[in-house]
Amino acid sequence: MTREEALNLYFLDARARLIDLAAFLDRVERCPGEDDFRLRSFRAALRHLSEAKTEKARAVLTTLSDPTMEPLPAATTKGATGAWPQFKG
Amino acid sequence: MRYIEPHAHMVSRVTDDYVAMVTAGCRAVCEPAFWAGFDRNSVEGFRSYFAQLTEHEPKRAANFGLPHFCWLCINPKEAEDTKLAEEVIAIIPEFIDRPNVLGIGEIGLNKNSRNEISVFEQHVDLARRLNQLILVHTPHLEDKLKGTRLIIGLLKNQQFDPGRVLIDHVEEHTAPLVLEAGFWAGITLYPQSKCTPPRAIDMIERYGGERLWMNCACDWGPSDPLSVPKTAIEMRKRGHTEDAIDFLIYRNPCRFLGQSPVFELS
Repeated sequence: MTREEALNLYFLDARARLIDLAAFLDRVERCPGEDDFRLRSFRAALRHLSEAKTEKARAVLTTLSDPTMEPLPAATTKGATGAWPQFKG
Repeated sequence: MRYIEPHAHMVSRVTDDYVAMVTAGCRAVCEPAFWAGFDRNSVEGFRSYFAQLTEHEPKRAANFGLPHFCWLCINPKEAEDTKLAEEVIAIIPEFIDRPNVLGIGEIGLNKNSRNEISVFEQHVDLARRLNQLILVHTPHLEDKLKGTRLIIGLLKNQQFDPGRVLIDHVEEHTAPLVLEAGFWAGITLYPQSKCTPPRAIDMIERYGGERLWMNCACDWGPSDPLSVPKTAIEMRKRGHTEDAIDFLIYRNPCRFLGQSPVFELS
């Protein structure tokens, strides 16, 4: 695919998702309260989108991941939240 | 179009899904053992489930001319009850020689706990002793990267042949780790989590499709049993040839699964 062909295929979809992201942040920021680990991780991950480097998807996923290697003593839940609870930013 | 659906939890799906999959060109479906959405409370519950996977579901699929294969294990979500896990692992040999059993799976990690690791290692040991293929589930969301790293390390420690292991649910941050270590990788196409068709094709274009497959992993949650053929249509839009599509969605799964003597298609 040429860049133009890729844009023809995916631009409108990506544009819609970009606006959704902006509206999500507007919505959350209208609500009283503090950022938690999820929103801190999200804001950190967003910064990768404006970097010149390739592999932006990989960088976003890595920012939203537990970077440690030590196993948990036990699983106290089965679910995942989408961001690492210890993320400080 | 023809394709193999290498990962689908058909016990959770309605008959119309079988009709749609066969209509779209599905030539075989493979069903890993998984978590029912609640914890089973006895080994007898698993015995019934394994009977469902090896007796009832193949008959249900056969009504539509679709060969049905399965994998057996206790899912990592149920690994904290180590006594039950040991009891379930102990009954797997009763079922392993049934004519549609491909191997041990989907084993793996969920929250990356010590008990999950212990149960994973017991499954790998069983697979080695019974000379079986392995299908590995990697954790969700924030736990995936750590879990994938741990799983690769554990499999390397046990010196399990990487060519006989498929590590599933890879994304952009884990696919290179899995492929560089010599394992097969699976991309799961989900409407909300895991991977979309455009991202899956991005990974195929970047990392090559030699040891990759795609699956729908349809179950009782948001999932689409036709996501593999829909992704094939997306590949056509991007200029992939019919031969390249066939290689990825039919011949590739056949190559991996064909290492099991039970995987034969007429």
